[in-house]
Amino acid sequence: MKIYADNAATTKMSKQAIDAMIPYMEEIYGNPSSLYEIGQKAKEALEEARERVAKVLNCQPREIIFTSGGSEADNQAINSAAKVGAMKGKKHIISTTFEHHAVLHTLKKLEKEGFEITLLDVHSNGLVDLKELEEAIRPDTALVTIMYANNEIGTVQPIREIGAICRAKGVTFHTDAVQAVAHIPVDVEADNIDMLSLSAHKFHGPKGVGVLYVKKGVPVFNLIEGGAQERGKRAGTENVPGIMGMAKALEDATNSLEKDTAHLLPLRDKLIAGLDAIPYSELNGDREHRLPATVNFCFEGIEGESLLMLLDDKGISASSGSACTSGSLDPSHVLLAIGRPHEVAHGSLRLSFDSNITEEEIDYIIESVNEVVTYLRNMSPFWRDLMTGKRPHVFSE
Amino acid sequence: MALYSDVVMDHFRNPRNVGVIEDANGIGEEGNAVCGDIMKIYLKINDDEIIEDVKFETFGCTSAIASSSMATEMIKGKPVSEALELSNKAVAEALQGLPENKMHCSVLAEEAIKKAIEDYQSRKNK
Ligand SMILES: Cc1ncc(COP(=O)(O)O)c(C=O)c1O
Repeated sequence: MKIYADNAATTKMSKQAIDAMIPYMEEIYGNPSSLYEIGQKAKEALEEARERVAKVLNCQPREIIFTSGGSEADNQAINSAAKVGAMKGKKHIISTTFEHHAVLHTLKKLEKEGFEITLLDVHSNGLVDLKELEEAIRPDTALVTIMYANNEIGTVQPIREIGAICRAKGVTFHTDAVQAVAHIPVDVEADNIDMLSLSAHKFHGPKGVGVLYVKKGVPVFNLIEGGAQERGKRAGTENVPGIMGMAKALEDATNSLEKDTAHLLPLRDKLIAGLDAIPYSELNGDREHRLPATVNFCFEGIEGESLLMLLDDKGISASSGSACTSGSLDPSHVLLAIGRPHEVAHGSLRLSFDSNITEEEIDYIIESVNEVVTYLRNMSPFWRDLMTGKRPHVFSE
Repeated sequence: MALYSDVVMDHFRNPRNVGVIEDANGIGEEGNAVCGDIMKIYLKINDDEIIEDVKFETFGCTSAIASSSMATEMIKGKPVSEALELSNKAVAEALQGLPENKMHCSVLAEEAIKKAIEDYQSRKNK
């Protein structure tokens, strides 16, 4: 069996999205800024795609800036809001401890430039406490940036309430919705969002294309200077094929969202129950407030990279937050943020699927993880120490 | 190119000498859980100072498991004096190389073996 269970990392492009791109490479390849026919046709397609994306998000087309993906959108949103804030003497930004590095590293850079950053605790359930947010907002707060859904553990924040608090206090609110858009209902109007980032490759669209939504009236500065594309807010010849693929993938995912969610939820919960049954394992993040297809577990006594490699041998592609997979000495900052000790965070596994997943595949995943965890524990001196009482367990059986 | 050599993957998938020696006369452990790898080496050394048997237990990544497996193969049946000479470089070479950021796994194997031999020597001198 071959199961791609790493859709939070990236997705396979849909045939429909690929088909939507091809004409803009083969025939209508003109530069949208050019005046002759294939240029103007590309321009028309681009503006039509903007309308379609805006419709899904429930905003105006002129509030959409096409970018090269989620990272660029995050960088532009945060740097721009910081600059706007600084002009008014506001140099305080609020975020959370478990944001994507596109956000955290941008904030770190701003901190070096003299901004004060407050990172809210996300507690053991991976959720922000609204009261703590309210208390953190100050007269000099320039921006609140909180991710809609976490990419590693899949928890979904109370974005609407967060947005309402920010609006009441007059603070700009940005959300990194890269993992949320096309996976759960997102409505920038109802959710009180001022700025939002999304990325096409997380919903069966192409890589290297995304959106920054900026609400009308919220000032925005460029990250990339140059030509007058995107109403002067993002220079560079537009990635028309990519944008066409993104618009198609976004529409398709939105149209089938209800049906897909109904299919996914029972399978997700079956997977959670199945992995929960493995002794000394624990689900990472809140059980209810989570994406319909992302599950993340920690297993005591084993290391995540070897778990991944053996699952790969069984045809399952997944990911882990162990240090060996992050390329650093520390395990995932997300798992540390929800209070997992290092030794447990090394033994993490993220499984993220799409709507094609079947119950048979879920059963196979549960069985395979069970086998591999047992096998690795049997050769682990750490596990032996836990079982002989030489070291205390972190989880209960 | 794949992340790991075929030899690494072979030793990872089919590790040699996994387990425990109940009557080991030298045991060494290196690494810690916080860093994500622990290696434990069990030695059975005979009166002629030959490593008659060796087993390992490892908590760690692919290269940690493969390094333990290869290192135990390299010292099995060898005199203690020779095992003390085993370098992490030799282990990594026998594995047809390790990624730069995984070299510490071979160091862990070398250190765990050295500790097991020290343990044997200190028991003998009691
Ligand atoms: C939450 C989140 N933010 C931002 C990004 C970055 O998006 P991109 O890969 O399009 O730059 C990702 C994906 O890697 C993500 O999961």
